[in-house]
Amino acid sequence: MRKSRQPKGSWGRRFLIAVPYLWLFVFFLVPFFIVFRISLSQPAIAMPPYTPIFELDAGLSSFVQALKELSLDNYLFLLDDPLYVNAYLSSLLIAAVSTVFTLLVGYPVAYGMARAPTAIRPVLLMMVILPFWTSFLIRVYAWIGILKPEGLLNQFLLFLGVIDQPLVILNTTAAIIIGIVYSYLPFMVLPLYATLEKMDYALVEAAEDLGCTPLAAFWKITLPLSMPGVIAGSMLVFIPAVGEFVIPDLLGGSRTLMIGKTLWNEFFSNRDWPVSSAVAIVLLVVLVVPIAYFQRAQARARERGL
Amino acid sequence: MAGTWGRFNMVSLVLGFAFLYLPIVLLVIFSFNESRLVTVWAGFSTRWYVAMLSNQGLMEAAWVTARVALISATVATVLGTLAAVVLTRYTRFRGRLLFSGMVYAPIVMPEVITGLSLLLLFVAVDFERGFATITIAHITFSMCFVAVVVQSRLLSFDRSLEEAALDLGATPVKAFFQVTLPVILPAVIAGWMLAFTLSLDDLVIASFTSGPGATTLPMKIYSSVRLGVTPEINAVCTVLIGMVTVGVIVASLVNKRRMRIAAGR
Amino acid sequence: MASLGSTRRSFAPWTDPNAKAYIRFDNVTKRFGDSVVVDNLSLTIYEREFFALLGASGCGKTTLLRMLGGFETPTSGRILLDGQDLAGVPPYRRPVNMMFQSYALFPHMTVEKNIAFGLKQEGMPKAEIAERVRQMLKLVKLEAYADRKPHQLSGGQRQRVALARSLAKRPKVLLLDEPLGALDKKLREETQFELMDLQQDLGLTFIVVTHDQEEAMTMADRIAIMDQGRVMQVATPAEIYEAPVSRFVADFVGSINLLEGTLLEAGRSGARIRDVSGAEFGVTDAGEGQVGQTVWLAVRPEKVRVTRQRPADVRNALEGEVWDIAYLGDMTVYNVKLDDGRLIKASSINSVRAVEDALTWHDRAWVSFAEDAGVVLVR
Repeated sequence: MRKSRQPKGSWGRRFLIAVPYLWLFVFFLVPFFIVFRISLSQPAIAMPPYTPIFELDAGLSSFVQALKELSLDNYLFLLDDPLYVNAYLSSLLIAAVSTVFTLLVGYPVAYGMARAPTAIRPVLLMMVILPFWTSFLIRVYAWIGILKPEGLLNQFLLFLGVIDQPLVILNTTAAIIIGIVYSYLPFMVLPLYATLEKMDYALVEAAEDLGCTPLAAFWKITLPLSMPGVIAGSMLVFIPAVGEFVIPDLLGGSRTLMIGKTLWNEFFSNRDWPVSSAVAIVLLVVLVVPIAYFQRAQARARERGL
Repeated sequence: MAGTWGRFNMVSLVLGFAFLYLPIVLLVIFSFNESRLVTVWAGFSTRWYVAMLSNQGLMEAAWVTARVALISATVATVLGTLAAVVLTRYTRFRGRLLFSGMVYAPIVMPEVITGLSLLLLFVAVDFERGFATITIAHITFSMCFVAVVVQSRLLSFDRSLEEAALDLGATPVKAFFQVTLPVILPAVIAGWMLAFTLSLDDLVIASFTSGPGATTLPMKIYSSVRLGVTPEINAVCTVLIGMVTVGVIVASLVNKRRMRIAAGR
Repeated sequence: MASLGSTRRSFAPWTDPNAKAYIRFDNVTKRFGDSVVVDNLSLTIYEREFFALLGASGCGKTTLLRMLGGFETPTSGRILLDGQDLAGVPPYRRPVNMMFQSYALFPHMTVEKNIAFGLKQEGMPKAEIAERVRQMLKLVKLEAYADRKPHQLSGGQRQRVALARSLAKRPKVLLLDEPLGALDKKLREETQFELMDLQQDLGLTFIVVTHDQEEAMTMADRIAIMDQGRVMQVATPAEIYEAPVSRFVADFVGSINLLEGTLLEAGRSGARIRDVSGAEFGVTDAGEGQVGQTVWLAVRPEKVRVTRQRPADVRNALEGEVWDIAYLGDMTVYNVKLDDGRLIKASSINSVRAVEDALTWHDRAWVSFAEDAGVVLVR
């Protein structure tokens, strides 16, 4: 791809860059600093329920005083109470397991789509995207009806005689995993499909010509070549799943522990904004590595023109 | 061997799509259920649709949601397209790394984090929460999705079309609006639709950033689900699904024609 | 003095000392990162010339063209058009138009709108635009296709729309980037002559970038052979073919036999070269060669005769064995392996249908050539 000279004049160019830049800076980046600041303060009964950030008109001494009042109490609280540590760990675990299952379900679908006749591929693509276009909340809600003890899945299994007691699936970790796999499936299928579709099938045919069985050809050729899609899809599922709220709330019940739900409860039920902020900051720190990995994978993929 | 692969692909496609669509189909079916129960079929009835229409709170929430979605999608599309143009055309400027980080991060960021942080921002500057704050919040994360979609299209866009326009006397701005934009329009529209859906669908961020008098439909649905389910919800959902399906099919038919032209086939 | 080859027309401003340069590249260098794509290049092009930049891919010819069009800026050096320095002038303000290799037709506009695009940017009144578009369509014989969209046209038709669009603004200079590359052979030949006629009729300056020698040789008044960002030779097609200045140029266009030797003596009446095999050749002109220097005698295959016996009338002859024969119908190409191992290429037109005692593989044969048949090269 040729590099052409920057077409816009200097001022026009600066304005162009500034508009989205400023918006994201103010509404995405700056809030994180505020969250961090609040995570260092104490809860208060007043509205807003935390000690004020800065008293701008109270002079330097009170500014210093305010700095002194910053404390890591909230973070120590998080470390102390096993509830939080467990919530983080279980969130990571559930998200990881869900990502693996989403990959296992999504890969064959993406592969089937990539190998389908060219004419029907756009239709298949639309069919994958369509559920995504309908409400996420609604679809999760629908699973309640399927997974509860009197629900359709149990009715179906009882009818078949496979089981004679209804399975308890709702309000367990299994339900959360099913919910995550279901909701995030398009996020896995789409990048996988994009990568698989671009792959030259002649490579697989060449491998088979040289003596590979179809399975070996898949393992040695297709799978490695589809890695960028696998990574993109996995990141798109794993990272948001760690902090997922709706699914654990609707399908997980009170016995399951996920950090997104913890944050929500801390904020809306306990009204403890500083602790919620601390929870958010720690979650952010936990996710920084996967997020950075995702960014770099995206940048590399864009460079290679994928 | 080709036969087994072919059958395996078919089976996985069928199963995969069945898995995707089953809950939706069930939801729609039971919206027409005579009884309150969502699991036992008691006969065909449209009573829940009637009930839904007379539910004031539900209808108001739907109206708020629609307006937020329309405004935020449109603004997000403009901002996102700008961001995509900046990312593809300008390879060197100060803070580019930060900028691209800010564009990609919200896509994977858990919603509880974005919701909380935006709320704290609004509280810190004492901005009254309500319609405006939800809209701003939605614009912020939607624009990143739009940026990714449009950027994808821009990367495969034939630059020589722009150069031809410049060569023939168009300034860069004119070249963008007369040549580039019309050709990438399907992607921009896809971005708009994506932003619209994300807004329509959002529960977590709306819950954090809304205020009195600005309840969105997902918030209403969520609180109904927590309290106890009536098939009114199914009715609302079915209507939404129906509208979205029709919209998507129409849009993709229109887009298909445009894309064929843009690709020169 | 006898003239080399036959020139297309009696148009040769480069021979006129008073002729003003129309386009001038002054020590132009272009760097992309660490690599130098155009290396301190200077070139003069005259008005109404059909000029070709010929070279292999990566030689910098396209970059040079794009710098003239305004899509790249020189790292150093100046480009002047009709006396005006083009530095800082963006493409939309240059009186230069380009025909892109991929045609770059706007897919969402009809043929008519495509051609009218440049005129609209100028602010031309609607009626005038319509008239000019009509003229252009007539020029490229596409009047019936005004309302079609690019995807409804064939490759050759798209090329003509691209041409019409680039000529619509009546630019002083037209840049063509590999204009015939995407066409099939027959269409290419037709279009070559069409382009030449068009250029002459309209009186414009055309600059063509190509990697196809035949194209350059057929269409151009002068050709610049480029290699690694530098110009190797700028001359008419005949001069390039019959009087190359270096082995690179000699080898680049057509086929060439290079016979290495030492220059024994040089004077007004001719020169002598001792070939590496020991044989002595006579040449009419020693060119730049100095006595005692290693030189290469470059002889085109069609100037070399192949015979069974050593010819009596020619001094320059070498013996060998017929190694390979390629019968092409209109001519036959012989590869003769000399006794010293070198391979000499000789081609002869089959001007009679039946040949007695034709040469065949492994026959002993002599290759010979006249004293004015070759060019002495020193580099």
